[in-house]
Amino acid sequence: MRHRVAMTINGTQYEHEVEPRTLLVYYIREQAGLTGTHIGCDTSSCGACTVEMDGHSVKSCTVFAVQADGAQITTIEGLAVGSQLHPLQQAFWDEHGLQCGYCTPGMIMAAKQLLERNPKPTEQEIRLGIEGNLCRCTGYQNIVKAIETAARTMAAQAGKEVKAPAAVS
Amino acid sequence: MKTKTGVRGGIGQSVRRVDGVPKVKGEFEYASDLRRDGMLWGETVRSPHPHARIKAIDIRAALESPGVRAVLLAGDVPGKKTYGLDAQDQPVLAWDVVRFAGEPVALVAAEQPEQAKQAATKIVVDYEVLSPVTEMEAALQADAPKLHPQGNVVRQLRVIHGDPEAEAEVWVEGTYETGMQDQAPLGPEAGLAVPAEDGGVDLYIATQWLHADLEQIAPCLNLPPEKVRLNLSGVGGAFGAREDVSMQIHACMLALRTQRPVKIAYGRQESFYGHVHRHPSRIWMRHGATRDGKLINVQAKLLVDGGAYTSTSPAVIGNATTFAAGPYAVPNARLEGTAVFTNNPPCGAMRGFGAVQACFAYEAQMDKLARAVNLHPIEVRLKNALKTGDVLPTGQRVTGAAPVRDLLSRCAALPMPPAESPLDRDRMLIPGGAGNVGHGEALTRGVGFAAGYKNLAYSEGFDDSSEAWVRLSVDQEGPLAEVKTAAVDVGQGLDTIVTQVVRTELGVQRVLVRQPDTAIGSAGSSSASRQTMMTGGAVQLACQAVRDEVLRRAGTSIIPDPLDEYLRPPIEATRVFRHRRTGKLDADGQGDPHVSFAFGAARAVVEVDTELGLVRVVQLAVSQDVGRALNPQSVRGQIEGGSAQGLGLALMEEIELKDGKIRNASFTDYLLPTILDMPPVVSDLVEEPEPGLPYGAKGVGEPSTVVVPAAIVAALRAATGRELPRAPVKPDELVGIR
Repeated sequence: MRHRVAMTINGTQYEHEVEPRTLLVYYIREQAGLTGTHIGCDTSSCGACTVEMDGHSVKSCTVFAVQADGAQITTIEGLAVGSQLHPLQQAFWDEHGLQCGYCTPGMIMAAKQLLERNPKPTEQEIRLGIEGNLCRCTGYQNIVKAIETAARTMAAQAGKEVKAPAAVS
Repeated sequence: MKTKTGVRGGIGQSVRRVDGVPKVKGEFEYASDLRRDGMLWGETVRSPHPHARIKAIDIRAALESPGVRAVLLAGDVPGKKTYGLDAQDQPVLAWDVVRFAGEPVALVAAEQPEQAKQAATKIVVDYEVLSPVTEMEAALQADAPKLHPQGNVVRQLRVIHGDPEAEAEVWVEGTYETGMQDQAPLGPEAGLAVPAEDGGVDLYIATQWLHADLEQIAPCLNLPPEKVRLNLSGVGGAFGAREDVSMQIHACMLALRTQRPVKIAYGRQESFYGHVHRHPSRIWMRHGATRDGKLINVQAKLLVDGGAYTSTSPAVIGNATTFAAGPYAVPNARLEGTAVFTNNPPCGAMRGFGAVQACFAYEAQMDKLARAVNLHPIEVRLKNALKTGDVLPTGQRVTGAAPVRDLLSRCAALPMPPAESPLDRDRMLIPGGAGNVGHGEALTRGVGFAAGYKNLAYSEGFDDSSEAWVRLSVDQEGPLAEVKTAAVDVGQGLDTIVTQVVRTELGVQRVLVRQPDTAIGSAGSSSASRQTMMTGGAVQLACQAVRDEVLRRAGTSIIPDPLDEYLRPPIEATRVFRHRRTGKLDADGQGDPHVSFAFGAARAVVEVDTELGLVRVVQLAVSQDVGRALNPQSVRGQIEGGSAQGLGLALMEEIELKDGKIRNASFTDYLLPTILDMPPVVSDLVEEPEPGLPYGAKGVGEPSTVVVPAAIVAALRAATGRELPRAPVKPDELVGIR
């Protein structure tokens, strides 16, 4: 039996037939063709497949595609605006928060959610916030640093946005 | 260096990764992302038994299964039936006998991955189950079943140094073990084979060493090497796991048979079966010293489990044995090493490659010696520390940098973490706090040290080289340097280092690193801490040749600015870098086996909940001998990541075997350090340029992995007073202390 699902991924509408057993991560990779979301473990342990679904970060290997019917999904490909990297992407690059890069999309998506809930996390809060994501290369140190840096950048940007109208008037 | 004014990002600077933007945007194509129109999916049928005779294989039902385009068995291997990095003793597909649980027996190609998996379950293999040999000592018994024609010894060597009967005033003794560790790169094995019109095949593959793959693949396909073309695909980490062939030959066989592109992508469970692991070890050592702690005699017997096939076991036991006395000046020694065949999964390369196991044993011994002669662990090490000019047990003289004393003193002096009361800290910072198990009632802190060393590049006479091509041209944006090698960036950052080398040598800002393939000569493996030296060296030589031509054309002695008018036509050069030749060991283990060495020292601070047996590593501090840091940010990244893998070996990572079968082939059961397990690493770079190496830079990937397991377990011993002779240390070994 196949089901028709429709969802918005990174602002684009996708509609396909899927089997009930199809996992969201396979839908995103195979049917929507967005391979920036990775599969590292098949057991929901590593977090490489983390995406945002209706404002919550989810491991997309633990969600069926049919559950995402009608959802708003953001994947790693949806963060940059043209050549302008998202502050988290910029910070992971600047702070050497990646080596092989396989965990990076999931790490960034988990960190994005963390910073939305807690824009000024302490080191411990960062560690707790992304403890569901494994990295085998970095020892995590520069990942923490990257998230701290991104938090500062985003706070500064938010500050500017608030101040900007005042400057105009 | 020679970097021209205005050129940014030469050597010595913390240049950001050249592949950083595609990786953070999710645009970097890993092998698991490969696709071709009309491609089939390959699936591997593996033996469930560690030791069995294949009586018959029935593939009829599988052939009739929906979507199936081919089912292949050992008889379908077009050429040589076996492969291997050293001895070619591993069957492409097993026939007659299977020697480990997980050994490939049959292949399926189908239109959809699910169809391939379904068909694989329909292949009926009639096995006569044989009793497996799973213990190292049992494998060496005279009446043990012979797993290979030559018996069950992969390699045995001894190193006899000075007078191995020399008497000492103080003796300490112990037997130590390390478990089977998995490299667990986050990207599982994958590749895509595409049949070519010339009857050959193009393979897109995540590997560590394109040319070693090629040398093993082509004979098995019965094709000349020029008809097998390998192209590097994106590599999601390696750490030794991609040194051996996994699905390469299988995908090519299926593609040639079906004349369709075939992709094979392992899941995590299959990845545990599909690559070699770190050798488990059992090491006995006896150290003799003077009453004031000066080493006189080191005796060692090392046993490592090579599993079912040879892989790189000969080199691993060579390393473990020649390094068994540690980074210390030892006048007399008898070091005996044996790698054995068993019916356990094959073991081969993993970061640290034999040096890790040896360090775990000799550093435990150094702490025992410190207690026996009443010295601080650092003092006893300083008293015996190796230095330039000293002679190793193999008779090899250390001619390069050996700043062991410096590393030890500096590491011991690195800032300690503050002592905190369990009451006024975040619960996450209490052992067991993350699971709300521990509340910090019975905490005790311990500090441990370790020093160690590792060879750079391949040893014992291996003729090692790397080839690089550099082209300097000009377009509307100005000068452009292009570089091509067959060297693999597995994540360590080689492409960035190569870019830095070119900028420094040619004074050109724009550098394009082309995708590696086998159209150029071998670069050797991205392993053994060798690529910065070998491929960095080859790129430097090629750049120098290009620069000479620029200078000739310009008639100047420095690179002219602007350069553009001298680059028509473009200038190209191809050069090969070789390190100095090493030699084989003689019957007494004497010779000149190693190119160069990198040393490291670590300090671990741990906290143990002595009621629950739970551990929190509070801090790791690592001083490492790097020669010269070509990219300090990247060097520190290597130290931090290598330390995490060392922590894993010390505390949690082990492939659990029962009767030769893996019991925990998943990330839910095989535990990798999470961000909550991993403490901050204080890294300290000791820069003493190595004579004879490009820019004086030593490889940096391995020393932290060598020393951190020993340092963490030393800290646990200091905290608990327990012997703890085995890594990983499990909670059961730490409970009930008070």
